[in-house]
Amino acid sequence: MNLPAAGYPRLLALGDAAFTVEFGDGIAPETHARVLGFAAALDTLAADGRLPGLVERVPTFRSVTVHFDPDRADSGVLGETLLALAGEGRRAAASGRLWTLPVCFDDDLAPDLADVAARAGLTREAVIALLTATEFSVYMLGFLPGFPYLGGLPAALEMPRLATPRSRVPAGSVAIAGRMCAVYPWHSPGGWRLVGRTGARLFDVTQAARPALLAPGDRVRWQAVGREALGE
Amino acid sequence: MSHAALEILSGGIGVSIQDAGRTGYRSIGVPVSGALDPRLLAAANGLAGNAPDVAGLELRLVATALKAVGGPLRVALAGDVSARLLAASGDGRAVAAWSSVTLFDGDVLQIGRPRGTAYLAVAGGILTPEMLGSRSTYARAGLGQSLAPGCRLPCAVFTGDLERDWRAAGPLFHASGPIRVMPGPQLDHFSAAAREAFFGTAFVVTPAHDRMGLRLAGPSLQHLEGGADIVSDGVTPGAIQVPADGQPIVLLADCQTVGGYPKIATVIRADLPRLAHVEAGDVLRFCCVDAAEATAARRAQARGLADWLAALQPAGTLDTASLLSANLAGAAVRGDEP
Repeated sequence: MNLPAAGYPRLLALGDAAFTVEFGDGIAPETHARVLGFAAALDTLAADGRLPGLVERVPTFRSVTVHFDPDRADSGVLGETLLALAGEGRRAAASGRLWTLPVCFDDDLAPDLADVAARAGLTREAVIALLTATEFSVYMLGFLPGFPYLGGLPAALEMPRLATPRSRVPAGSVAIAGRMCAVYPWHSPGGWRLVGRTGARLFDVTQAARPALLAPGDRVRWQAVGREALGE
Repeated sequence: MSHAALEILSGGIGVSIQDAGRTGYRSIGVPVSGALDPRLLAAANGLAGNAPDVAGLELRLVATALKAVGGPLRVALAGDVSARLLAASGDGRAVAAWSSVTLFDGDVLQIGRPRGTAYLAVAGGILTPEMLGSRSTYARAGLGQSLAPGCRLPCAVFTGDLERDWRAAGPLFHASGPIRVMPGPQLDHFSAAAREAFFGTAFVVTPAHDRMGLRLAGPSLQHLEGGADIVSDGVTPGAIQVPADGQPIVLLADCQTVGGYPKIATVIRADLPRLAHVEAGDVLRFCCVDAAEATAARRAQARGLADWLAALQPAGTLDTASLLSANLAGAAVRGDEP
């Protein structure tokens, strides 16, 4: 379980100003622990000034994309450095923060909850019980600023995205698709199934040091609240 | 510093504020944004006496009218675009791109619909608040200012020499020929026939194009068995995604930070600005280069821009020698053709 997947890590060029360092091709806690371990090691090297030209790094489910300034970094040297660092096989040293976030399951704020229950062969209350009993882990942020991909959705709730995406998902919607849970921080088109609404502010541009509430590696629990607690 | 403003009278959609973009926040899902053609923004800024990355207006798809409030303001246009100045006094005159012009209180600048993308720079820059280190507009998440008629954009009052405008010896040209790409990162998800078609066929730009990406139409690029979906990984402007329908999408500055479609190739930095100027119906071809060729292309482009900026002159003092040297520095023909 602690060995990397065969053929990994590997280095892929993403144009002339980025590399993607892959640790696997699937979604798995072990792969993600390596992703976060590598990202932390990169941060340490960069803080020591040993990665000239590094712009930023983006951890995902199974890889880390490293954006660099090709006029300041020698891409050949950088690629070798990244691959050597990835080969050290570091894993995330510690899990991130544990957040307990409020969610309201009122019908009008959870328009797909009844359908999700029917598809899963469960009562509405049983779906809520599953969602609030699960400790989710933040795999990555993407799609929209602050949008978290939360792994750990119980298998009983695994189902595909909506066949026809909504043209407008309300901000704060808590949603599921596949084996993931997520929150839409912004009004947006979207195809995930909406099972609740949170009042937690997942992205706040005035918090310049940490505009996104969640970070990869953090854990999230949902706590059912009444709609008055959403502050709407 | 005393302030003035540029008021947007008409336009809005297709008009945004852009600078070098927002870096350092892609890990939390914030797109990099920034000018689609940073060279052209640098050219407009050069004419206005600014540093290359100072925030200016990016103009796409529509005509725009701007009014000076207070002032004077020194502005400059770069791109395939023309404009007309309607002075508060009632006089009107044509304003050419590739030159600066001074606007006094109440003057209106009517800018025609640009071919592709054009930039308007203001001496001292547009002074809307920075958000996460940039003034670039990213409306989906309320970053930077979104523009609509009636918006007043704070600008610096011009305190330089009002008599002396600046003019370029000629347009800043782009490279021509196929768009240069580096293969992958998921080239191995595609059939041999798809690879051959991608590098051997012309693709047509569809009307579905904006600052997030360009959707192209061409031969269907078939994935290998099970290759049409990947677990989402990092993307970047220039990445060419191919969804299950086999029609490629070239990502641009406002693209998401991660994506779940395989990327057959990625446009090199030097050729990314050219994509700012394609319009529906234009034809694109792609050719493969390696990292060394991409570096050479970037360096040639940086030299071309530096030479172009060095050849700027006060209006009315152009001579044949400077025209010639600028054309040689550009060393290219118009980049509109495939």
